[in-house]
This record gives sequence, structure tokens and C-alpha cells, in this order.
Amino acid sequence: MFRYIASRVLLLIPTFIGISFVAFIFIRLLPGDPVIALAGERGMTPERHQLLMDQFGFNRPIWEQYFSFLWGVFHGDFGTSIASKRPVLADFRALFPATLELSICAMLFAVIIGIPAGIFAAVKRGSIFDQLSMGIALVGYSMPIFWWGILLIILFAGILHWTPVSGRMDLIYFFKPTTGFMLIDSLISGGKGAFKSAVSHLILPTIVLGTIPLAVIARQTRSAMLEVLGEDYVRTARAKGLEPKRVIGVHALRNAMIPVITTIGLQMGLLMAGAILTETIFSWPGIGKWMIDAISRRDYVVVQGGLMLVALIVMVVNLIVDLLYAVINPRIRVK
Amino acid sequence: MTNEVSPPVPLASSQTSGRMARFSEFWFYFSVNKGAVIGFAVLVLLVLIAIFGPLIAPHAPYQQYRDALLTPPSWQVGGKEQFLLGTDAVGRDLLSRLIYGARYSLFIGLIVVTFAMITGVILGVLAGYFRGWVDTLIMRIMDIILAFPPLLLALVLVAILGPGLFNAMIAIALVLQPHFARLTRAAVMSEKNREYVIASKLAGAGHLRLMFKTILPNCLAPLIVQGTLSFSNAILEAAALGFLGMGAQPPTPEWGTMLAEAREFILRAWWVVTFPGLAILITVLAINLVGDGLRDALDPKLKRS
Repeated sequence: MFRYIASRVLLLIPTFIGISFVAFIFIRLLPGDPVIALAGERGMTPERHQLLMDQFGFNRPIWEQYFSFLWGVFHGDFGTSIASKRPVLADFRALFPATLELSICAMLFAVIIGIPAGIFAAVKRGSIFDQLSMGIALVGYSMPIFWWGILLIILFAGILHWTPVSGRMDLIYFFKPTTGFMLIDSLISGGKGAFKSAVSHLILPTIVLGTIPLAVIARQTRSAMLEVLGEDYVRTARAKGLEPKRVIGVHALRNAMIPVITTIGLQMGLLMAGAILTETIFSWPGIGKWMIDAISRRDYVVVQGGLMLVALIVMVVNLIVDLLYAVINPRIRVK
Repeated sequence: MTNEVSPPVPLASSQTSGRMARFSEFWFYFSVNKGAVIGFAVLVLLVLIAIFGPLIAPHAPYQQYRDALLTPPSWQVGGKEQFLLGTDAVGRDLLSRLIYGARYSLFIGLIVVTFAMITGVILGVLAGYFRGWVDTLIMRIMDIILAFPPLLLALVLVAILGPGLFNAMIAIALVLQPHFARLTRAAVMSEKNREYVIASKLAGAGHLRLMFKTILPNCLAPLIVQGTLSFSNAILEAAALGFLGMGAQPPTPEWGTMLAEAREFILRAWWVVTFPGLAILITVLAINLVGDGLRDALDPKLKRS
């Protein structure tokens, strides 16, 4: 097991270097140079241009810039935002909990509904429930989530007034961010209304971000269950006279969960992409919105650092999924 | 070409009948899946709408009727008969814009998938056929592309290349391409040591012939399925980029861009947001239904069950 983990971690090194190189080279590919791009249409005097070029180090040879960037990354320095003048890592750490909280809620939503729906559809194959739930799953899977979010806002915020339109918290509540997770912080703060407000702000974004994972998980669970239910050991278990609940819940489910867990892991990585759209629609102050703002403000240091941090997180999540996969599936470990 | 071979007629006919038989077998499995047939019908309809758009559309997509701003659909109070689905904030007919939008979306999907598939397949074949350092190099690069969330990478690429439909298409093709490379590589590796390949090699076939004429045609089934999936993905991502202001630019009647323009009216004019999104959903859903059907029909493992 140790050797397996070590080999998986070692494989990450070339990918990590590649990622850093891609993130680094991107802002150097801009037409002109990053300082001109920053100035935009206003332009700037040649002296100021020279000063800024020196300040950001864009005048040095490209390999030197790359190594100093890499050196900084290893020391936790991802550069300083040109617009806000704050370290990229500090901004990232302040905003990441918002995205993480939303992602966890979306994933829980997807798993809690998706897995039982998939199991039930497989067990009752061909039934109305099966056809209906898989039909819905395919619609969910095809959903342009930015539009889905707008529809939910129109219905639940605009017409029914059940939920707020955007943000994480009503402005009347104010408390110190201890963990950065609104649900926990608002509970600690003691105000009942604050927690309720946090929950009501979370509902729509959770549904929107969770829709595609939910559809994928339900479909994957169903097909994995169907495959397992046709296996000999399931027939044997049935022939022995075990009650159907035990056959499905223990014998079939355990083996069917292996591909499902891989799917869940892959979806975790994709959540970051969904978060960009979801956070934009709901003005959710997380990483996705931060990146979009940086791109539209032409704050390329943030784009570079943010791109790298996001890729790092996706990489680590994928590693954890791979290791988890080895834990539940001994066949991989032995190889 | 076939006529030059000595027994021309029987060979040609046996070939076509073989093809016909294979197609009718495929159609048999495909048409079992009712959803796939419905999806296929919808898709054909959409293609027809896209092709004959200028003939069907009741108005020009850019024509602004200044006396009919934000007119609701014709069946609602205040709706006008000439604007079936209503008009947008500057008085353009929504239905006409949606019809023209079909051209954009299908065109985007087609170009992106073609580009991603060709580059991905070439890279995948090279990696799977030669292995060694070629394989390592190509697959490491693919891993790096896959480490970024696709939409984020496309966004950053577009930010560098400059917002616009063409650049958005390049960016989306680039992020979709590793899937083709991986799939092709895996398929080529499993075919490479089969007897027919070795036989062909012994007969003196060169690398290029072995790669693209002997091996590749036997790896097509998963690629076709991936192609349909990527087709719907490309349409969704292009719409998402348009929605974020990084894809097609207004006043282009691209569905995602139309949604972005309509965002400020969501609580006042439901139709300007509902219909473009519905158009995206229907198109993507139709393609995914076809994709599911293709997978069932082409996957021999599923066929048996």
C-alpha cells in the first residue's frame, strides 16, 4: 500500500511542474506585455511602463522569471494582485471556504438523492420509477446550469419569495468569520436568524451546482447496480434464500459502489468549473467569482496564481480519490 | 476504384451488402432505444431549422422594432401576433433570433468536435502506437490539460486570445481534445498486438498505414460515442462562455450570449430568459439521447445483456 501511495504521489511531480509552467506561460503569451494589458485603453507613459516592468520583473530573462515564480510557489508566494495589492494566497484563503462550503453541500445533495435513486431504478428496472428518474437524470445532465439557476431565482426568489436572490448572508447579521463556513460561523455566533439566513442563501446555489453531479451519480449507480445484479455471486446469494434487502444492500451494493466512488471523485474536480457559473449567478463570494473578476479586470497575477491553486486542489482531490479507490478495491492495491 | 480489381461487380456488391447488413444491425439496436430515436428526430429537425433558418425566420435577427420593446409572447396579454415568442429589450423578434442561434450552436459543436477529434485521435494513435517517450510526453501534456477545470481553462485561454466566438471555439476544442487522445490511446494499445495487425506488418505495411488504416478503423466505436458527448459539451461550454461575456459577442444571436443580455430582465420579462435556455437544453438533450443510443448500439458488452 505504501509503495502504491508513493508511486501515485511521485507521478504528480511532473504534472505539477507542467501546471506551473502552463499557468506561468499564459500571461506571457498576451499580445504586448502584461503591463500594457493592465493599462488597457488608457495607455501609460514610457517611464511608468518601464517602472512597472521592473517592479513586476517582466524584464528579466524568461527562464529566470519562471524559476523565481516556482521558487515563490514553493514558499507559498503566488504573487501580489495588481488590482487589490494583496497577496494572491491571502485572497484565495479568504474566499476558498465559501466555495468549499457550497461544493460540499452540492455534493451531499447529489449523493444523498442520486445513490438511492440509482439503486431503486436498477432494482425496479423498466418500472415507471426507473424510466421517470432516468429521464429526469438525463435532463439534469444536459442542463445549462447558468440558465437553471436563473429559472430557480425567478421562481423561488422572484415569484414565491421563499429564498433570497444572491449572496451568502443577510446584511443585518454581522459576525467574525471563525471558520469561513457560514453555516458553522452563524451557529457559533448564536443568532438563530443568522443560521436560518445562511441556510436559505445556500439552498438554490446547492441545487444548481449539485444538479449535474446528481444526474451523473444516479445514472452511474444504476448502471453499476445493473451490472452487479447480473453477477453469479448475486444469483448464488439469492439462491441461498437470503432476503432481497440483504442481497441488494450488502452483496450487490458494496461492489457497485466502486465505480460510483470514482464518479463522485471525478465530479468533485468538475465542481470547480460549475462553481464559476453558480457563483456568478448568485454573486457567491468564492473562488469562481474571484477568478472571473480577475479575468475581466485583467489582473493576470491573480489569474496565474488562481489557476495554479485551483489545479493543485483538483490534483489533490484526484489523488485522494485514487487512494480511496485502492482502499475499497483490493484488486488495484495488489498490482 | 473498385472497378480496377479483377472481379469488380461481386466484390463491390458484397461490400455494400456487408455495409448494409452492418448498418441494419446497428439500426436494430439503436431503434430499440425509443429515447434515442426521439433525440435523433429532434436533432434532424434542429439541423433543418439551422440550414433553412433564413427561409423560416419571420423576421431578420438584427431587426429592431422600436415600437415593440419587450413584447410578451403572442398568447399572453399584450402579446402581438407577429412576434410569436415575444421580443427582447431592443425589440428584436425572439423566435427569429433563436432560429439563427441554432445555426451558431450546431456549427460551434461541429467545428469544435471535428478539431478536437482530429488532433486528439492523431495524438492518441501516436502515443498508443509508438509508446516509450512519445507516449510519456503526449500523455503528460494531456494530464496537465485535464488538471484544470475545463471551463476555467477555456476562460483563461479566451481572456488571452481575446473574447469572441472563434477564440472560444479554439479554447473549447483544446480542453475537449485530451479525452479523445486518452480513449484512442487505450483502444490502439489493445488492438496493436492483435493478429491482423501483425499480419499486416509482416506484409510490409508502414507505420502510417498500420496506424491509420489498419488499427484506427477498429477503434472507432468508443470514439463515435465520445464524439457525441463532446458535441453536446461543446455547445454547453460555448453557451457558458457566451453567458460569461467571453464567447460570441452581442448582438450575435448565440443562445448563451442572448441569455447574458437578458439577465437584467429576469424578473420583468420571463420569456427573454426562458426560451434561449430552453433551446440550449433541448439541443443538448437531443444529442445526449442520441449518444446514449449510440453507446448501447455500439457497445458489444451491453448488447449481450
